Order: sequence, then C-alpha cells, then structure tokens
Amino acid sequence: MSYVRSKFRHPMLPKNDLGYTVDYYEGSLSTLCAGCGHDSISAAIAEACFELNIEPHKVAKLSGIGCSSKTPAYFLNNSHGFNSVHGRMPSVATGANLANRDLIYLGVSGDGDTASIGMGQFVHVIRRNLNMVYIVMNNGCYGLTKGQDSATADSGSKNKSGSVNLFGAIDLASLAIELGATFVAQSFSGDKTQLTPLIKAGMSHPGFAFINIISPCVTFNNNAGSTKSYDYVREHIETTATFDFVPLMKEIKANYEEGSVESLKLHDGSVIRLHKLAKDWNPLDRVSAMNAVQNAKVKNEILTGLLYLNADCKDLHELLQTSDRPLNTLTKSELCPGSEILKEINASFR
Amino acid sequence: MSEIKVNDFVIRFANVNGTGSASANSLFTKSIFRMGVPVTPKNIFPSNIQGLPTWYEVRVSEKGFLGRREGIDLMVCVNPQSMTRDVASVKTGGYFLYDSTKLLHSQYIRDDINHLGIPMTELCNNTFADARQRQLFKNIVYVGALSAFFNIEFNVLEQQLGEQFKGKERLIEPNIKALQMGVDYVHEHFEYPLDIRVERRDLVGDSVMMSGNTACALGAIYAGATVAAWYPITPSNSVVDAFGKYAEKLRVDKETGKKNFAVVQAEDELAAIGMVIGASWNGARSFTATSGPGVSLMNEFLGLAYFAEIPTVLIDVQRTGPSTGMPTRTQQSDIFEAAYASHGDTKHVLLFPASPTECFEFTAESFDLAEKLQTPVIVMTDLDLGMNDHVSSPLAWDDQREYQRGKVLDAAALDALERYGRYLCLEDDGIPYRTIPGTHESKGAFVTRGTSRDEYAVYTEDGGAYQRNMDRLIKKWNTAKEMIPVPEFYQEKNSSKYGVLFFGTSTYAAEEAIEVLKQEQISLDAMRVKAFPFGKAFVDFVDSHEKVFVIEQNRDAQFRSLMMIELGLNPKKLISVLNYDGTPITADNILQQITANLPETTENSYTEVSKSY
Repeated sequence: MSYVRSKFRHPMLPKNDLGYTVDYYEGSLSTLCAGCGHDSISAAIAEACFELNIEPHKVAKLSGIGCSSKTPAYFLNNSHGFNSVHGRMPSVATGANLANRDLIYLGVSGDGDTASIGMGQFVHVIRRNLNMVYIVMNNGCYGLTKGQDSATADSGSKNKSGSVNLFGAIDLASLAIELGATFVAQSFSGDKTQLTPLIKAGMSHPGFAFINIISPCVTFNNNAGSTKSYDYVREHIETTATFDFVPLMKEIKANYEEGSVESLKLHDGSVIRLHKLAKDWNPLDRVSAMNAVQNAKVKNEILTGLLYLNADCKDLHELLQTSDRPLNTLTKSELCPGSEILKEINASFR
Repeated sequence: MSEIKVNDFVIRFANVNGTGSASANSLFTKSIFRMGVPVTPKNIFPSNIQGLPTWYEVRVSEKGFLGRREGIDLMVCVNPQSMTRDVASVKTGGYFLYDSTKLLHSQYIRDDINHLGIPMTELCNNTFADARQRQLFKNIVYVGALSAFFNIEFNVLEQQLGEQFKGKERLIEPNIKALQMGVDYVHEHFEYPLDIRVERRDLVGDSVMMSGNTACALGAIYAGATVAAWYPITPSNSVVDAFGKYAEKLRVDKETGKKNFAVVQAEDELAAIGMVIGASWNGARSFTATSGPGVSLMNEFLGLAYFAEIPTVLIDVQRTGPSTGMPTRTQQSDIFEAAYASHGDTKHVLLFPASPTECFEFTAESFDLAEKLQTPVIVMTDLDLGMNDHVSSPLAWDDQREYQRGKVLDAAALDALERYGRYLCLEDDGIPYRTIPGTHESKGAFVTRGTSRDEYAVYTEDGGAYQRNMDRLIKKWNTAKEMIPVPEFYQEKNSSKYGVLFFGTSTYAAEEAIEVLKQEQISLDAMRVKAFPFGKAFVDFVDSHEKVFVIEQNRDAQFRSLMMIELGLNPKKLISVLNYDGTPITADNILQQITANLPETTENSYTEVSKSY
C-alpha cells in the first residue's frame, strides 16, 4: 500500500458537465497491496462516474467483506457507502434500493463474497432484477486470510504456496446469464479502456448489471501456474467486441469500420456501440451468449467485453409496482390511514 | 342434572387438519363473543397441511379470565384418530359429542361422562349431494347442535353467516340449513340446554377479537412502514400476510395505482433482515417478522445493526425450540437469543406485548424507538398471541401523533455544520446523528461499516476509539431504559414481601392465579413487564420484595437469568414458575408452583382453578 498520495492536480484537468474534475470522484487512500487489480477497478469506477456526469451523492456504494469489499472507501468520497457483512451485500442493496429508487446502486464484491458465502444472495438478487451494478473483483483467492483458494479458482491452478486446486471453478458470468441477469459483462482490471465504458453501460442499464472482473491478487495469486495471474490473463484474454458507450444525448464520436458495428439501445436512450470480434455471437440472445462463453472456455480463453444484454426488462420496482416517488420520501399523511379507518377495521373484528 | 354453570366452561373440538373445521369453530366462538361474553379460542394444530389431528379449544369465562384452563367440560369429537385420547380428556361429569352415524365403539364409552351422539354424516349425506359439501357441512351441523345445547342465539349465527358470505349469497342458505339440522336434531332427541350454557351479557363492550399477528401488521401500517422483507416460518407468516393485505387496501395511490409499500419474500432470514437494514439505512421504515430459528440466522446482521447503529424492527413470534422443536406450539424461549443476539458485546431492546392491542401499540412504538435509538428493537410475541384470536380493547390511533424519526440531519442542518461526524456524541444520551444517503452533495456521506471506526466513521483499529464507541453504546442503552414502556403494577403500593412478575402471554393465566390467591387471603404484589432493558420502576419493584416469582414459558428460566445478569441479583431471591410443554401456561399450573414455594400454603392444599369456578 501507499502511505501518502500527492495532492497535486494538474490545474487544467478537464471538467465534466457538472463542473467537477475526476479527482472529485476519488476516495480515501487505498490500503490494498501495491499493484492490486482492485485499485485499477476503483479508478475505472471513478472515471465512469466522472464521464457520466453523475453527482456522487446520488450513488450508494455497497459491499460485503474482503479485500474487494474495502474498495468503496477508495472511490466516490461524497457517496454514502455500506461495508456490510460477508456475502450479504445483495440483500442490503435490495432493501436500500426499495427505500429509494432514485439513487444509483453500485455493489462491489469478491469471489469469496459472491461465489461462496454469498452465493444464495447473488442468485436471488439476479432473479429480482434489482436495478444495480454488481461488480465482482475476481482473483480466485482469499486475500485477507492469506491466499486460500476460492470457488472461482480454476481446477489445476497453482497458488503461491504451490498447492494445486482440486475443484472446478464456478463461472460467475455463465451462471448470471443462466439465471436471467439482464446485463452480463466480463473484463480485466488491466484493461481500463474496456472496463470504463462497461461500467458506464452497466450504470445506465435499468436492471441488474453484472460485471465479472478478473483482478489479479499480486500477493497470493500472481505466480506461475495460477490462472488468475496478470501474465496468464493477458495471454488468454479474448474479446467479444471493442466497446463504446454513448450516453443519452451525446454525439457519437468513435469511428468504426462500416458493417461491423452494432448499436444496442438502452432503455434511457443511451447507446452501446459494439465492434464485434467474436464470430457467431449475438449479445441479445442468451443461448448465443452462453455458447460464446463456453466455447471460449474450451479453448482456455477468457472471453471479455459485453456478453449479454436484455435492455427491455422490468426491474424490481416495476415488478412490484411501487410508487414512482421513493418510499423513503413518503410522509405520515401518505402512509398512515388514520383513526377513522382504524374504527372500521375494529368493527370488522367484532 | 348438576348445578347450572353459566358462561363458564371449556370446550374442545377434535378435528382433522384441512377439513374446513376452522371456520365452523370460529363461527361458534364468535357467536359467544357477540353475545357479550368473554371467550378465548386456542388452536392446537400440527405441523401438517392435511390429515393429522388438530384441536381447537375455547374457554368461556364470565369473569374475563382468558388464559387456558385445565379440565374439558365438553369435547366435540369428529376425528376417529384421536378418539381414545379425546374421550379420556373429558372431565368427570362432562360431555362427549360425537358423530353417531356409526355406533360408538364400547371402548369409547365412559360411565362418568355424558355422550351426545349426533349423526352428522348421515344428516349431511341425506341432504347434500356434493362430496365436499357433505364434508364441510358436518362441521356446521355440530355448531348448530352446540347452539341448541348451549342456548346460543340462532340469529347471531345467521348474521355471521350473512357477513361471511357477503357476495356469495348462494352459500348462505345451505349453511343455515346445516345449522338448523343440528338444532332440530338436538331439539328432538335431547334435553336442552345443558347445565353448562351461555347467557347474553354486556361484558365485552367495544372489544375486538383479533390475532396478535394481525395487530402487529396493523401497527406496522400505522407506523408508516414501507418495506417488509420476510422468509416464511410458522408462526409468523400471518404478520406479513396481513401487512400485505391491508397495504393493498390502504396504501395504493388512487390516481396512479402504484403502491406506497413493498413486500419482498426473501431467500432466507439472513436476506430478510439484510433488506430491512438496507432499507432502514436508506431512510425507509422497514421490518421483518420471524420466529426463533429465523432469529438465529439473523444474529450476524443484528450485531451489525447494533454496532453500525441502524434502526431495525424485528417481530419475533416465538415457538417451541430448540431447533425445529415443536414448530406449531407456543413458548417464550427466545429471550436469551434475542436479548444478546450476535457475537461480541451486544444487547437489544425487547418489547413484550400481552394482547393484540399491545401488539399494535408496541409494533408502532418499535419504529419510533428503533429510529430514536438507532438500534434493533425486537417485538417478542409468541404463537399463542400471534396465531390465536384474543378479546382485546379496540385498536386506537391518535391522529396528532407524529412519527419520531430521531436524530437525522437534513441538508440545511449539514450546511450549518463545519464537519459532520456520524458517531460524534453531542448530547448526554449517547445517540449520534445520522444522515440518509443522497441528502447533501458534499456533506454527510460516510461509509457505514461493522468494523471499528472513529467518531467521524473513519476506519480505525485504535483501541481507544473502539472503547469510546462501546462506552457510548452503553450510554445509549441507559437512555433506552427511559424511553421504553414502563411496567404495569397491579397495586398502588407494595404490601407483600412476595412479588410476582410476568410478561407476554403468561399474563392471562398469571392474573387469574393472583385472583385465586387473593380469595385465599394470599396477596402478592404483581408487575407485568413490558420491555427490556430493565428501568428504574422494574428495579425498585424487585428491590422492595424479599422474594420474586418469575413466571415464564421456557425450561431454563431465561428471563430470570436475564435479571441476574443485568441486575446482579442473588439467584435465591428469584423463584421460577415455568411452563414448557408447548401449550399456553394455565392458572392451575402457576398456582401449583407458587403455592409450593409459599410457607403460607405449603401446609395446606391450595385451590385448583378448575374446581373453584
């Protein structure tokens, strides 16, 4: 970890539409190991919020327990955060979202937090299509307890102490697609050009946006023989498409070759522009997305980028038909039926 | 015929689960209630959907004693499975009402009781063609027969059927026909009414007959709860069911059709309490309802809510533990697990309602308390209170009452501050100020966490900061003692060296036992406890008695232990009166245990309740 951070900022740092520079989106100094993939993801989150002109106080950051779950302190200092209990971030996020549908919910979890202790809550938050971005900082090991294998470690992967993992990995992206997640992406902490637009698209998606991010653990799982090391991931990465996210009302600047570009429209009018690289892959088709991930796995490739999108979905509030006004703003006059109604209720029990 | 007993008897119905007996039995009970006579029904049911024996016991008490009483005066038996046991449970001189379509086997004949045979199956088969109707109306036939035996007014029954089937009028006529068949059969074949009977009185006033779970749900509606998260578990299900039902009626925006509430059935109790904590953190009033096993699962989150200081409302409808125990039987055995739920130093505010009226009031109050104290508040009800109907004062709501949201800073208040500190203690009460996410663009944000932090919510492992925080939480705990409901005392001034205390559903039987002792010239000072922690009035009562009887419904005397732990009392001072067979405690049982420990009564035999009335 670093002990001090320079307070120097270039005076000409660009400002976003709200007049903020990117450092306004930063958090406290990280206490993670130097070179930790998670810090790159924190930076990408800050950048995504900066570029989307999000007011930080309109974001709620939630996490479970573990290295990854410490990161909400390291970005968006002006957002409320909730570092909850191990594996239970989805339920806290669900309650928070039900109370106030107007905030943006950003959940951060790890592979232990999601694929082991929190598997039940992960599965069910997908079913409910909670409007949130759910990021897994996936390094295949438990860092804070000194490097034990996690449930996403590949079978045969070797950890720092030299022991070989005996059990098959849980593939969170495939699982999310299978369970009906409405936005599923995979990325690598070392690929910021891909990661930032993916986070931006996830934040604009009006439902559950899952981003599984391979984020190497430099201390316990970055050795030869590990399938979650920087070297291994760089060698085995394969991308579905180059990716650009165009928020609503923005001019499309990126240049793509004619014929290979596909535009996916999100509910709010934002556009995802894909330059497809993978063959026989249709991001709007679940079976096709699932096949693409599985085919890559067979070839020992890690498929990154947007994997699946169902832009036309109903989130939990729409399913429950809750009021357009956040529930936490309703007052006594709207909530309490009053004494006259209570008299009628009493009468029905006589 | 022996001495006539008016409005004082116990009747038990032995039915088969899932045969439609519940609505017939409640028709019977409510007719007595509507004749102005105090009555209390109890379901004794199996953990089963269909087929196993289920009992429904009704006590009628002119004196208004609404606890369970031992001794069955009349048994209605329509379940051959349990007949041996059912015949045996009738008290000498009592009545056994059975389906006489088939001859009663000699093994069920007792010389010391009266057999009342009504050919229910035959009557129904002769009248109704449909198989389901034949089954259902057997129940109505025995209600008709009972109305003749007890002198229950027929028009009271008729009126209820009219209300029950409003909108389905075609069902009224066959129901009335079935009732009349029962009445006619009794008129033709028996002397009626029996020596135990009902007479109209004006003793229930404007009371309601309602279950505690319904009342808890209404409390949550009135207190402005908007997010309910739960996982199904007996006996708490009907709390959230009723919340949803009333919210659908009372909380839907007329213009938009959108709902001013959300009910989520969670994947387990961990998620349920997590959702409540998330919603409360974000400024909505939220609650969950569960039972003992659910509270066990919620332990980790309750520790977080205690330490991170998040208002949390939990309704614990207790059942018989440990483990799955007897899931459809009652107990007061979650006291320990609720009071100290979670690891580390934790303790929680508990409320003990004793009636549906208090279920309503205490649930509503729990939201104010949880927000004022920024901590979990657990409403400790039980299966007996939650799932049975009880005669109770009408629910009341003062329209002037405002929701007390506690110390929450809005944007203007944050603007006035130089630096906000979530866990800064600015007053003597130990309660800090919270902020709701999204309130202010640059002030008031912090990371809520279960790890230790300083007054400004910054993570720290500094022992001094940790300890300051833990000490402040105790200060807050002491504040709670002054905010929670005070005990009810049954005397203006203490006059005995013996005190007796009780809480929750032990109240009905305890009050009756105290009354019986009074008739024996034994007067005990009594206190009904309504909340934990123990405030000054509680401590004063305990201090001013040589010995205190502690009545509770569990094996390990959990409440007594709580008193010893919290007040450092000498164990010899506290005498336990316990009941833990899964049925509600009776006055007889209490009398037996108290008199066995009183020098005044150990020499003489005490009076049994069932004999004295």
